[in-house]
Amino acid sequence: MGEDIIALLKEAVIQGRRTSSDEGVDDDMVGKPAVVELTQSAIENHIGMDVIITQGLTSGMQVVGEKFATQEYFIPDMLASAEAVSEAMDILRPHMEKANIESKGKLVIATVQGDLHDIGKNIVATLLRGAGYEVNDLGIDIPAKKIVEVIRKDKPNFLGLSALLTTTMVAMGEVIEALKESNLRDNVRVLIGGAAVSEEFAREIGADAYCLDGFHAIEVLESFKEG
Amino acid sequence: MPREGIPIPTPYERMSKTQVEQIHDASMQILVNPGIISFNSEAADVFHANGADVTFVRDNDNPHWLIKIPEELVLRAVKAAPKTVKLAARNKDNDLILNGKESRVFFVSGSESNIWLDAAFESYTKKSNPAVEIQVPEFHPRRGTVQDLCYAGQLCEHLESLDAFIRPVNIQDKDITEDNKDVNKYFASLNNTTKHVMAGLTSLAQLDNVVRMAEIVAGGKHQLSDNPIISFITCLVKSPLQFINNTTQTLIELSRRGLPTVVSVAPQGGTTAPITEAGIIAQINAEILAGITLSQLVHKGTPVIYGSVPARARMDDLNDSYGAPESSQYNIDCVQMARFYQLPCYSTAGVSDVKTPGIQSSVERLFSDIVVTLSGPQYLHCAYGLLDKNAVFCPLQAVLDDAHFQIIKFFLRPPQINDQEISNTLSQIREVMGTSQKLYIRHIRHVLRSGQLSPLYPFESGNAGDSVLALAQNRMEKLLARPVAHINPDITREVFSEIPGILPRLNIYK
Repeated sequence: MGEDIIALLKEAVIQGRRTSSDEGVDDDMVGKPAVVELTQSAIENHIGMDVIITQGLTSGMQVVGEKFATQEYFIPDMLASAEAVSEAMDILRPHMEKANIESKGKLVIATVQGDLHDIGKNIVATLLRGAGYEVNDLGIDIPAKKIVEVIRKDKPNFLGLSALLTTTMVAMGEVIEALKESNLRDNVRVLIGGAAVSEEFAREIGADAYCLDGFHAIEVLESFKEG
Repeated sequence: MPREGIPIPTPYERMSKTQVEQIHDASMQILVNPGIISFNSEAADVFHANGADVTFVRDNDNPHWLIKIPEELVLRAVKAAPKTVKLAARNKDNDLILNGKESRVFFVSGSESNIWLDAAFESYTKKSNPAVEIQVPEFHPRRGTVQDLCYAGQLCEHLESLDAFIRPVNIQDKDITEDNKDVNKYFASLNNTTKHVMAGLTSLAQLDNVVRMAEIVAGGKHQLSDNPIISFITCLVKSPLQFINNTTQTLIELSRRGLPTVVSVAPQGGTTAPITEAGIIAQINAEILAGITLSQLVHKGTPVIYGSVPARARMDDLNDSYGAPESSQYNIDCVQMARFYQLPCYSTAGVSDVKTPGIQSSVERLFSDIVVTLSGPQYLHCAYGLLDKNAVFCPLQAVLDDAHFQIIKFFLRPPQINDQEISNTLSQIREVMGTSQKLYIRHIRHVLRSGQLSPLYPFESGNAGDSVLALAQNRMEKLLARPVAHINPDITREVFSEIPGILPRLNIYK
């Protein structure tokens, strides 16, 4: 029974189906239980959190990643799966806390002050949630002061800053300076991304990493753990 | 089921209705004054017997007839010419129906270039940093052979967007002569593609052998008549306004046999026709109509196609410039004239002035491919692999062209706008606006899976470099490695025993 649920959960992740009303990739999937229903069912059947996460969700995302690498899947498929996993993690979180299981890490993400663009930032947030990170998305046009407050209060492991425009990318440096002034810079790893920025700019302003896209961001976060 | 082609419900037209009528009137006046010079006596006799004013001109070097064709004769011929022409194929799924009353475009190869252009990729290292190595294409021209024609047939068989086959390379092997060229080029074509095969005839003496071969392959005389798996191109007019003796005789013989024939005329704006749009269109229209009139006078109702291959002259060397936008204007106008007469149109696009594949060839050919397709000719020839003003066929370029035609075909899909679609759209917008991220990405998936999204450009490089040509070459090699449904052994045996002159090396069963 438990094995069946986990196998179905993995398949639902591969299909990118959040709920039973979603279509997925294959035909005739509508109406069948999807990630949300199967996660709840797994909890009701007392399946271990580690089994649900590693053998169901993460294992499913691994297959999705492989399909993406071979161009069988595209970004919308990847995001659909990541969204589904993200919803599963929301359901699991209270149970994880009870069981004393930690998430992969907390990340605060924001588009910096003066910039209203958020498509890239939202995609990165979704992918990171799907990869098992706890993401607090502050939104767009966020002043340095507000970001510093959140870092102080929530104590995340990582901060992701996004900017599309050459006129607003300078605000990323201001955030890092504000963190230094508040003695918080050493408490959080800062990642930057967006069309206007580069590896060189990340070094210039003292960020810890530049991320080309959401997939690269996952790699960077994993490398931090290894490092 | 025949091939679908691309319907063009509202074709792009340059001329107003009044301008079309002005061109028609000018063409009718041209056919009366100065009229057509004919170097073929039978054509003169046919026109004379049908009421045209025909005068023999005793020129010692070039005796000829001057034919003044009245409008009434032309209009009668246009009325008699079939409005729909079937071009069948060995595989019935590759049949084409050309309907002069409907703008539905089929893409076709062509058109007998002398040079076959091979590509090879050589490695070069950077002088200042030998660790950096790049692949650079080198092109090697050589005279086309019958084996090349076999390869071209196989390649075109597998080019998805290509609807019919006109041999793109002239066969120039040492053992090919005027007496065996036609049977070899038709057999090599028929044996290597299951699509419709069209070609010009080199020697009228070979016509009966070619037709008999096609009858054997089609399953008999009546079968060929019902399903003409081959057709012909005749360039009977030498612009300006002259019926050539041998090709005019070819048209007469083809018309007698009732075989589908393109009456093809290829004036060059600036040298053999006026360079102005009005001038060249009035003249080419007169020339094509003169040929069509002759065909219908010989055999009322014989299937003919309005064939237009106009090009502007280059100012630097007076060669054809198919890359010039005026050449596309001329072609589009001819499509419009054919539509005025409700005759199926054989039109021209996709030829480049440059000698090798690259940026210029892509720009020139894609421009003409798009605009001439939009004008709605039924049979668009010359569109695959031709370079250097029609002198060179490069199979690598043909593979690139196939990709470009896939894009054009995709672009010309009809819009999906209806009540159901609008209802779905409203639901989708309302749903997305209720979410925090306000992104439609989730809704892409259904559209993506149902094949409604165009694929990525197939030769896109994975890095900053440009590997288009190398990737296209790779695809070409894969396509050539695919099998082709050749003519079966029994029919092949029958063809070889009954038709003289076919080279033994073309028999794949020996």
